[in-house]
Amino acid sequence: MSAATSTRIPEGIGTRVRRFTSRRASWIPVFAALGILLALLLAGQAYFGNFLTPRVLSSLLLDNAYLLILAVGMTFVILTAGIDLSVGAVLAFTAIMGARMLSEGVPVVVVIPVMLIGGALIGLLIGVLIQFFDVQPFIASLAGMFAARGLAFLVSLSSIKVEDPAILWLQTKLFNIDGWYLSPTGVIALLVVAAGALVLQFTRFGRTIYAIGGNEQSARLMGLPVVRTKLLAYIICGTCAGLAGVVFTAYQGAGYPLNGIGTELDTIAAVVIGGTLLTGGSGFVLGSMIGVFVYGTIKTAISFLGAEQSWTRITIGALLLVFVVVQRVIVSRSSRR
Amino acid sequence: MGDPTTTPALDVPVLQVSGATVRFGRETALDSVDFRMFAGEVHSLMGENGAGKSTLIKALTGALPLDAGEIRLDGQPVRIPSPLEAQRHGIRTVYQEIDLLPNLSVAENIALGREPRRYGGIDWPAMRRLASEVLAELGLTIDPASQLGTHSLAVQQLVAIARAISTDVRVLVLDEPTSSLDADEVAELFRVIRELKDRGVAVLFISHFLDQVYEICDRITVLRGGVLVGEYRTTELLRIDLVQKMLGREITEQRVRRPSDPEPGTRVVLGARQLRRWPRVHDADIEVREAEVVGLAGLLGSGRTELARTLAGVDQPDGGVIVLDGTPTTIAGPRRGIGLGVVYSSENRRTEGIIAELTVRENIVLALQAQRGILRLMPRARQTELAASWIEALGIRPESPETIAGTLSGGNQQKVLLARLLALAPRALLLDEPTRGIDVGAKVEVQNLVGELAANGMSVVFISAELEEVLRVSTRIVVLRDGLVVATLPADELSSGSLLAMVTQPDDGD
Repeated sequence: MSAATSTRIPEGIGTRVRRFTSRRASWIPVFAALGILLALLLAGQAYFGNFLTPRVLSSLLLDNAYLLILAVGMTFVILTAGIDLSVGAVLAFTAIMGARMLSEGVPVVVVIPVMLIGGALIGLLIGVLIQFFDVQPFIASLAGMFAARGLAFLVSLSSIKVEDPAILWLQTKLFNIDGWYLSPTGVIALLVVAAGALVLQFTRFGRTIYAIGGNEQSARLMGLPVVRTKLLAYIICGTCAGLAGVVFTAYQGAGYPLNGIGTELDTIAAVVIGGTLLTGGSGFVLGSMIGVFVYGTIKTAISFLGAEQSWTRITIGALLLVFVVVQRVIVSRSSRR
Repeated sequence: MGDPTTTPALDVPVLQVSGATVRFGRETALDSVDFRMFAGEVHSLMGENGAGKSTLIKALTGALPLDAGEIRLDGQPVRIPSPLEAQRHGIRTVYQEIDLLPNLSVAENIALGREPRRYGGIDWPAMRRLASEVLAELGLTIDPASQLGTHSLAVQQLVAIARAISTDVRVLVLDEPTSSLDADEVAELFRVIRELKDRGVAVLFISHFLDQVYEICDRITVLRGGVLVGEYRTTELLRIDLVQKMLGREITEQRVRRPSDPEPGTRVVLGARQLRRWPRVHDADIEVREAEVVGLAGLLGSGRTELARTLAGVDQPDGGVIVLDGTPTTIAGPRRGIGLGVVYSSENRRTEGIIAELTVRENIVLALQAQRGILRLMPRARQTELAASWIEALGIRPESPETIAGTLSGGNQQKVLLARLLALAPRALLLDEPTRGIDVGAKVEVQNLVGELAANGMSVVFISAELEEVLRVSTRIVVLRDGLVVATLPADELSSGSLLAMVTQPDDGD
């Protein structure tokens, strides 16, 4: 049969390349992002001379730990071909709620779970709106965003300082390894990345996420638990936003209801730059991590230049545009097959 | 109807449906149909458009509920309320549009939902082994770890079958599995089907390629207009008889009525040379003269619709030239076609024609208004006047221009569509199955109308699944078979019998 023979892996030269592209086509955008990250780092080093230092590279993780956590949750949602615009507001809400509770003497072992559950509940709300009331993810999460932002203002209109030593320890404790720094927030972020990657790769739930993003109708016809999985994706995203709230509180040493405005867009940008298709079904948590680092590197480079931080957004915007266009090309090429 | 079954049942059918009835609103899509499948047999369901084939398949696979009737599996009554339930009963379907996930690996597409696990996680090596085994059964040597989307449609089709047979399958429904395969791939698929047959699987093979049906099927059930015509052994049913049963009516040699025509002009208005559009139009030559009706005769899948769509510029040709008034012309889309006076009326009246929510008036002025442009809005009084004149000219009932189009009968909807196109004062009119699904009286009216239009100088291309109708309406007939123009003849020189023989495969009985 011609079709079978034409796709049979030929022996000899080129086998590896061909096998790689047929197996790992969806990794290609991730490598593109990695290439851009490396190029940025090397260009920074060439220009500034003191860019590729352990201190700068460490702070790339420590300064963006909250964004990394948000990006992992967002990856789950975008893989199902959804979107969650609420994460920045949820971060602000859980952070200010946590700060308020701590200032009123609630022990930290209660506060942190409450923050996580708060995020999860908002995620659940969005998921229910999407799944049972047939609301577009964009609109449902926009409602979630307004709700969370409103709740944040309800908790406090002004900044609340956090003095709890356990929370502050998360950011201030620095493990120093040969000049490299790692704080507990950085460890948390890396653990979240590892957990996200394992869940997506090695559980039925994770594979069902990809299946839904590939074609929700087909996934349903195959008898996969579509409803449960989609709800869980939004709950995970909300929980990650709550956790990001914890990390952000530690990072800032305070809660403030206006925190995280536009952070949801930074998160989405990082995920997309990291090679996850907005149409769902293709992408990786590791890619999102690279996307976050690309974002962080641009931010650092611009502060090295002493230029306005608004240039970060402009650069990220331009990069995003390029990536979305590239993705479009990839998608239209594969759909022509 | 209902020829007696040619062979008595030797054993209990795996799947048996009796009195299956499905209604869509007032329309009965399936009327008390009996159907059965035996283990180790390949069965084909045959019928033209609207015969009820897909409705019956959907009812069997849980995609549509039965309004009446009973389904039995191994003689036991069962209910099949959902595709999932059908799968639990061992009824698996491979649809024409492959419903797999191109973004995942071949192995996952086969095993999804039943992945082997180890240490609480998915055991990828075991899953690939499992997939390799199933693929090997089908003689497919592809890398199970490769992404499904990187393979050809034929391979994807086989992967879909692999998924179906990796479970306990009793009844396998293959809906037009060969429509995107080439000859070698079809041979490979048939090898797989024969293997499944030997394993005792009951296969339902749907295809409109008669050759393939005769090659692989043991039994044929013919439906027409939602009604059972009969069940036959393939070996006992001649092709020409099958086609006749599908198309309906006893073929008689009665003299066909033609429009009381003045001699058709000699000037070619619309034509094409070597027109190609993959996969159903191959190097077609066609000429439509002034004041004549050219009928396109062919079976479903012969390329009759595709030829008309390409000719009208609705679909773009892959090659060849369209000639309008002797000048090679590119018709880049229906809008351009309307500008050039070439209009096409789709066979899908509901989805590509009438806009059910709008009034008759709005439906009629739609195309004309679109041609004038949004900035030159036609005054309401002019719209009503125009609609009223067409309602009168074509005898649309009810006569009010403000009736909602969706409430009209099929025949009247068709007339509204015709009015919309005629309001554009076209030079060439391409009508695809304009009489499908409308009652007999309305059919005759539409046929007469087509004749009058031609008599008044218009060039008409007329498509119908009913050969008698093509004969009755047309001046000349272009006969299509498998995407090829096999003959172009004056209708006078054809009888329905000879036309039937031409649209059917000539190598009958091989």
